[in-house]
Amino acid sequence: MINIKDIEQLKIKDLEKKYPFSISFFQNNNLNLEGYEESTFEQYLNHFTEEEIEEWAIDVEKLKVDFAAYINEMLEFLGIAEDDDVDSLTIVAGKDKNGEKENFEMLTINKSEIISIVGPTGSGKSRLLADIEWTANKDTPTERSILINGKIPDKKWRFSSSNKLVAQLSQNMNFVMDLTVKEFIELHAESRMIENKQEIIKRIIDAANHLAGEKFDLDTSITNLSGGQSRALMIADTAILSMSPIVLIDEIENAGIDRKKALNLLVNEEKIVLIATHDPILALMADKRIVIKNGGINKVIETNNEEKEMLVELEKMDTIIGTLRANLRKGEILKKII
Amino acid sequence: MNLITISGPPSSGKTSIILKTIHALHQRGLTVGVVKFDCLYTDDDVLYKKAGVPVKKGLSGSLCPDHYFVSNIEEVVKWGRKQDLDVLITESAGLCNRCSPYIKDIKSICVIDNLSGINTPKKIGPMLKSADIVVITKGDIVSQAEREVFASKVHSVNPKAITMHINGLTGQGAFELSTLLYDEKEDIESVRGKELRFSMPSALCSYCLGEKRIGEDYQMGNVRKMKLGDEDD
Repeated sequence: MINIKDIEQLKIKDLEKKYPFSISFFQNNNLNLEGYEESTFEQYLNHFTEEEIEEWAIDVEKLKVDFAAYINEMLEFLGIAEDDDVDSLTIVAGKDKNGEKENFEMLTINKSEIISIVGPTGSGKSRLLADIEWTANKDTPTERSILINGKIPDKKWRFSSSNKLVAQLSQNMNFVMDLTVKEFIELHAESRMIENKQEIIKRIIDAANHLAGEKFDLDTSITNLSGGQSRALMIADTAILSMSPIVLIDEIENAGIDRKKALNLLVNEEKIVLIATHDPILALMADKRIVIKNGGINKVIETNNEEKEMLVELEKMDTIIGTLRANLRKGEILKKII
Repeated sequence: MNLITISGPPSSGKTSIILKTIHALHQRGLTVGVVKFDCLYTDDDVLYKKAGVPVKKGLSGSLCPDHYFVSNIEEVVKWGRKQDLDVLITESAGLCNRCSPYIKDIKSICVIDNLSGINTPKKIGPMLKSADIVVITKGDIVSQAEREVFASKVHSVNPKAITMHINGLTGQGAFELSTLLYDEKEDIESVRGKELRFSMPSALCSYCLGEKRIGEDYQMGNVRKMKLGDEDD
């Protein structure tokens, strides 16, 4: 743990050298360091006139406390990748809306495993996802507990903003920023303190183009991407660049993206994948599926052989539709496919 | 009684978050009241009433909304005590994006949304920087990457705060927030003598006093001029 006393006597230029991420702290707090490279952090903070402090709403004491907290958390964040792998997630039964115990004891999901979640709207899927996100410990309405690597998880998963357990791919995959694909990935990589940015950018765009029906390049503006391209980019970005070891997917729509490849990508990046879906293809791609009823987990079904065989048939049908769609796009006359 | 101050820019989703959180507090058998502060108009009080929540509203009209808040908070707390509430929530919009009248030792929450733009955390002053909890909303509309970038910007301007994502429509995350709001041991009798976390903008110029005419001749008091010389272009 770094104490503010340890850093306030450091020169600004040394701070930036020792903790390169401190630059974004200064930038985001509108602190202009130009000309103060040779001053210590404390000298820098003390140079503000009373007028400037009022004018720019600066709280010197709070800045000191925050800066120390920021550096500590960033150091922790950077160290996490090595010693904090999530290998498994375990859901321990709680109760349903009627207060009855859930119809299973314990479900453990391992890295690179896909689990689907089925159940009517309002049955309690969101609650299950929220329990996982919050690493519930009998302290949510369902009284479930969530274990990570078989143990009661550290509270940090709840409150750390840079180190979330769960990444969520929602149905609405819009972008609101006005950036090119390259700038967008760069921005995300920067927030994750990634060093080999160019390499990561290339991996993400390659993976995204592998998923998307129509190719796009780095100079495309993200707001100009089609629905399928946006989804492809977002899945590739989440698989490769998101810190979170668990990915929740709220149904991947069919249009313009190869869902099997998408799931494979996530699994290859060693994520634990949970998909809420009503689509038989997606549901059967999972090794197991959780059936939710009346707010509780009612069943855990292992995908059996008959279902796996059906999946092969379904995928064939899906390929046919995909091919027809592609031909339609090219302006061709459609022909019967056997 | 626990006192919670919640603020955030207009339309960031404060009322939805509060309603969903109150629902979770109600399930624990706690009584909750709300005092809504706004500038010219609000009909949020109707929404609170519908949810069975005792509510009062105050419109600041021609006054600075945050000044109006501080001038009334003592009486507001008295009202809450009289209603015998376990939790009193005040809700106000930080209309100028600078301050929010958070009080020392009183839990403060800032609500901002993912749609407000990536540089918004930089633009908001003590309202964001001195909050204990920052709630980020509308995450379901943007991509996972944008959520992560936005949260990291919030984190760099207020590293001490607990940052949470809540969906105001489905309520995902609201239960979790509710667990942070009520502390049995905490009991606010009055806020008299307590201090604000940050001072409000000082302003007393002729326009504050109702002057409408434009021109140097009519300007008095605290007036500052922009630099518009060629060297600044």
